[in-house]
Amino acid sequence: MITLSHYLALGAILFIIGMFGVLTRRNAIGILMSIELMLNAVNLNFVAFSRYLPPGALTGQVFAIFVITVAAAEAAVGLAIVLGLFRNFRTVNVDEINLMKW
Amino acid sequence: MEITLPPVDLGAITPELIVTGTALVILLVDLFLPRDRKTPLAYLSLLGLVLAFAASLPLWGRARYAFKESISLDPFSLFFSSLFLLIAALTILISTNYLEREEIHRGEYYALLLFATLGMMLLAKGMDLVVLFLGLETLSISLYTLAGFMRARLRSNESALKYLLLGAFASGFLLYGIAFLYGATGTTNLKKVAVFLGKGAPLSDPFLFIGAGLLIVGFGFKVATVPFHMWAPDVYEGAPTSVTAFMIAGTKAAAFSAFLRIFLYSLAPLKPNWSAVLWVLAVLTMTLGNVVAIAQQNIKRMLAYSSIAHAGYILVAVVAGGELGGSSILFYLLAYALMNLGAFAVVILLGQKGEENLNLPDYAGVGYRHPLPALAMAIFMFSLAGIPPTAGFMGKFYVFSAAVKAGYIGLAIIGVLNSVVSVFFYLRVTVMMYMREPRAEVGPIYTSPALAAALVIAVWGTLQLGLFPGRLLELALRSIRPLLG
Repeated sequence: MITLSHYLALGAILFIIGMFGVLTRRNAIGILMSIELMLNAVNLNFVAFSRYLPPGALTGQVFAIFVITVAAAEAAVGLAIVLGLFRNFRTVNVDEINLMKW
Repeated sequence: MEITLPPVDLGAITPELIVTGTALVILLVDLFLPRDRKTPLAYLSLLGLVLAFAASLPLWGRARYAFKESISLDPFSLFFSSLFLLIAALTILISTNYLEREEIHRGEYYALLLFATLGMMLLAKGMDLVVLFLGLETLSISLYTLAGFMRARLRSNESALKYLLLGAFASGFLLYGIAFLYGATGTTNLKKVAVFLGKGAPLSDPFLFIGAGLLIVGFGFKVATVPFHMWAPDVYEGAPTSVTAFMIAGTKAAAFSAFLRIFLYSLAPLKPNWSAVLWVLAVLTMTLGNVVAIAQQNIKRMLAYSSIAHAGYILVAVVAGGELGGSSILFYLLAYALMNLGAFAVVILLGQKGEENLNLPDYAGVGYRHPLPALAMAIFMFSLAGIPPTAGFMGKFYVFSAAVKAGYIGLAIIGVLNSVVSVFFYLRVTVMMYMREPRAEVGPIYTSPALAAALVIAVWGTLQLGLFPGRLLELALRSIRPLLG
């Protein structure tokens, strides 16, 4: 029997993998992918809550669709920024993109 | 399952519709304008902002909900909408000159700025977490693009990338928090959350705490509180100066408007829990912002750290809460927007092509060479430092007195000590301008009527709020009341 806590545990594991990816990846594209993983982990949570919550409302599923839409827009802008950056820096390694420090 | 569509009440969102419409018209008109003549677009967007403001006036005084309680038209949201429209208008006034100098005068700039303003207005009006999320993303995605608007400049590219990665990372936390809040309460409507928590539901639900904690992390990133501030100085330094001004004044106010609605309104029953966390964040934010600002040579970077410190002062007021704390936040955000936009107007005025002339030594002797901009800059620096008779002083006074009245005397003392530290680096700019010999070779400065108008408005507002704060404070009190129930 698969319960709510199974879904939540899976969501938490995916979210943490994504977070770990953001913090350790050095390639900007890799970081963007890790962020997508975090957002999808959240979607899983939304859908699971929507399924198991007493009123059975659709709010969670609708929210997940909004998140997917926004994530697509964010990815489009993100890839455009990475492309523009690559033209100037000739790299997408975030360690080398560090002109400003305190 | 049956899905009922909420009644469409376009009258409730006329200001937003006008802003969106203007942005679309600008994208269209842009096609027909020659490359070197984009100034009409600035006037067009100003016109749109004024019309949106005019359209928001009849909405005052009739607090109501629209779109099935997902949009709230109360004095709180209207106060913030007006503030955002003012910030956007001032930003456009200080932009035209700068964009021409840096040769990035393109039509999309104005459209993106208006879309960002739309996002901010939705953030203030959103009564449902879906609307808040969409508003926040509309704002953020427009700003990622604006931060990288100088495509040929490495620093601008870097700024955009850092803002994008950290912003999206923060959105992840925010969403995860929203998911848990939804899981704990079964609704994403903030009013229903408030009702649910208010009628004695068990407040020990772990989902609730995880959700509130993740929301604090997410909003912490967005308003740049320590320890989630690392992106702010780099992004603010690298972005085009006019965009930096907009981000510092606008994003902070927008994020705080949503933060206040969630924490002071919906999660108010949990206040004993979250106020302890925010207490620590406030102290860390104020202290780190002010101490590191001392070491800065670049004026944009110094103002970036100063904006971190100011987020800390505002958090003090959030911790204090209540009518006094809430209204002091509204007052402070307006004062803060005016003095920062003014200071950035002077930075733009004195800057040279290629983002040059932005270091502190470049300001040596400016007081004699350009007396009027220097005088304005001195007023803004006094205001940021919190010296009477300026808006910054009254803002800090209200924030700290709210903290004392709410019993957070230690926090107020730390805040006052911090603002004493901050006097050092703000007044260093003034000392540079008036007490150092000017450097030899500096190009001429170009001014424009628009920039001058923005400066005059900012100076007038800063002094007006400092000398006669009563009426605005009354308005702020009236605006915060519906939130506190």
